[in-house]
Amino acid sequence: MVPGNAMGDNSKPLLEVRDLAVRVDGKAILRGLDLTVNAGEVHAIMGPNGSGKSTFAQVLAGREAFTVERGDVRYDGRDLLSLAPEERAREGVFLAFQYPVEIPGVSNVYLLKAAVNSVRKHRGLPELDAMEFLALIRARMKLMEMSDELLYRAVNEGFSGGEKKRNEILQMALLEPRLAILDETDSGLDIDALQVVSRGINALRSPERALILVTHYQRLLDHVVPDFVHVLSQGRIVKSGGKELAQELEQRGYGWIEAHAADDGVPAPEAGRP
Amino acid sequence: MTAASVDRFAADFARQAASLPGARVPWVARLRRDAMQRFAAQGLPTARDEDWKYTSVAAIAKRAFATEPAGATPQPAIDAYALTGSQAHRLVFVDGRYAPSLSQIGPLPAGVVLDSLARALDRAPEALEPVLGEARRHTIFAALNTAFMRDGVHLHVPRATALDAPIHALFLSTTSDVAMHPRNMLVLEEGAQATLIEHYVGIGETAAFTNAVTQVYAHADAALVHYKVQQETVKGLHIAGLHVSQARASRLESHSIALGGALARTDITTTFDAEGCAAELNGLFLVGGRQHVDHHTRIDHASPHGTSREYYKGVLDGASRGVFNGKVVVHPGAQKTDAQLANHNLLLSKAAEIDTKPELMIDADDVKCTHGATVGQIDDAQMFYLRARGIDEALARSLLTYAFAHDVIERLRVAPLRAALERILFARLPHGERIRALA
Repeated sequence: MVPGNAMGDNSKPLLEVRDLAVRVDGKAILRGLDLTVNAGEVHAIMGPNGSGKSTFAQVLAGREAFTVERGDVRYDGRDLLSLAPEERAREGVFLAFQYPVEIPGVSNVYLLKAAVNSVRKHRGLPELDAMEFLALIRARMKLMEMSDELLYRAVNEGFSGGEKKRNEILQMALLEPRLAILDETDSGLDIDALQVVSRGINALRSPERALILVTHYQRLLDHVVPDFVHVLSQGRIVKSGGKELAQELEQRGYGWIEAHAADDGVPAPEAGRP
Repeated sequence: MTAASVDRFAADFARQAASLPGARVPWVARLRRDAMQRFAAQGLPTARDEDWKYTSVAAIAKRAFATEPAGATPQPAIDAYALTGSQAHRLVFVDGRYAPSLSQIGPLPAGVVLDSLARALDRAPEALEPVLGEARRHTIFAALNTAFMRDGVHLHVPRATALDAPIHALFLSTTSDVAMHPRNMLVLEEGAQATLIEHYVGIGETAAFTNAVTQVYAHADAALVHYKVQQETVKGLHIAGLHVSQARASRLESHSIALGGALARTDITTTFDAEGCAAELNGLFLVGGRQHVDHHTRIDHASPHGTSREYYKGVLDGASRGVFNGKVVVHPGAQKTDAQLANHNLLLSKAAEIDTKPELMIDADDVKCTHGATVGQIDDAQMFYLRARGIDEALARSLLTYAFAHDVIERLRVAPLRAALERILFARLPHGERIRALA
């Protein structure tokens, strides 16, 4: 399956976020975030707890409980914020949830089939029948080292932490997004599961596709090596750099960046613009 | 209004009594007369009766009903309601009367009696007299039923006999302004087993009144699986009671599925008269528009070592109203009782309403009892998750509603019945066909 409009204009950024400010329950969480992501790139967004990482991830996917105060988000040149969550998904935006939601009574295979066929229909592809679908899904499940049994259980219900995260990456592999945002996908994974999940993510790296890894720790970045690392603090990107920035953060802690940002009073000019 | 309705029913009774089944049998005639007197003295319930606080029967009180259709009614097509693919014994009742040509009773194990109750009343076997009188937990509608009862299922299963094929009792109402009083009488002797499906169907736009009573006597070690599927029309008025007496180590499994009716009230009661009984009560009501559906259940743990599990769910759309009252009573001395009672409701619209009251009344100290009730809307986090996977809002909403209701339907053990209810569920939900295609 080729991502929708995959041959789009590569000279234009795939995602362009300008001055994004968002409130959650009346509280300002994002306060003027800027970020540019081109097709083919992998960006890591790091930052301490409460810096706004997860809010940013969910706003991109269309979480309606959050209020966008100002700012502009362009996805492939279009106004992303005007699209419903399902439209974004069909256009190729994918969020791997930090806390995948349990849905008792809806079997995992129903969800996967409904999702794949919704996206295919939008892209003008024929819906898959039961046999084709199972063939597609079995291949992807093998990659994620998931047992068949997880197909027929209720979505995420009774899944271990690792199974939930694998299930997210499985969905990503099936939907073949152009822009994937992975929210703390590494949290709660043991070393073996981290390797499986990382392999799933790396399998999706391609020149047409961009990934945003939202993470607190550097651990995942040893396995999925980013092109750019950004530090989010108090709702803004205060520092951007290459993969070595993640190592520096690991050694010196977030306090170092926050002190640095406070000195300047404004984000560094290169922040968010690699 | 109540007085006027009592007068109407009393006048009907005076006219009809001589032509009702068993009229020439003294004890049957006396049973009817006594019941009519009780009904006349008490009248229809009002909001002042605690058990009818949220359910008004004004729609019944203000109307006049005939006791049967004026002329011959055309024979209805039953294919849509027959449980194809099952070996069920089928007894069909049209507007309250047994229809032998639509019924089909297969071979039965030795000693089993499965027949129309009207025939039993005319023959009046002595064994019926002590059991047909009203049971302990009957409502006043049961008295009205006893006065007018015309027909229903009569089942007697002898000792250590299992009736493997389910009994499908199909009650069709085809004519408006008719009142039907079906009466079903089940006796399971020691170690006997049976499955009864009581299926009430209103045809087209029929506005009729069904007032059904089912009595069950489960002797020691007997097991009954009982299904009640209520598919009256949206104009139908439906009152029904299932009343069970359980002897030592007997088992009851009851499923009540309520889909139709302008007004539908079901009372289910069981009493553990001896040690070691078990009851499982499952239920689902799925209503919309201006429908009103009420379930009152009562499990009396009157003896020790009893186990009960009750699980009811409601899905309410439009301006519909639901009532759930589940009572578990643990009597003094009923030690080692293990009871769980739960009712969960999903409100799909702002105008829908549910009054739910799970009640535990415990008079023993060595017991394990839990109860709970929830009322909620479609979960926002689940909606967002599904939509973030490309599934549109309407389908996501239907999928979550389906999952909520299917949880009860998947407990039904008669496969063709389960399939029939799944089809109804798909037909009721927006995009139901798309959900079906996912299976």
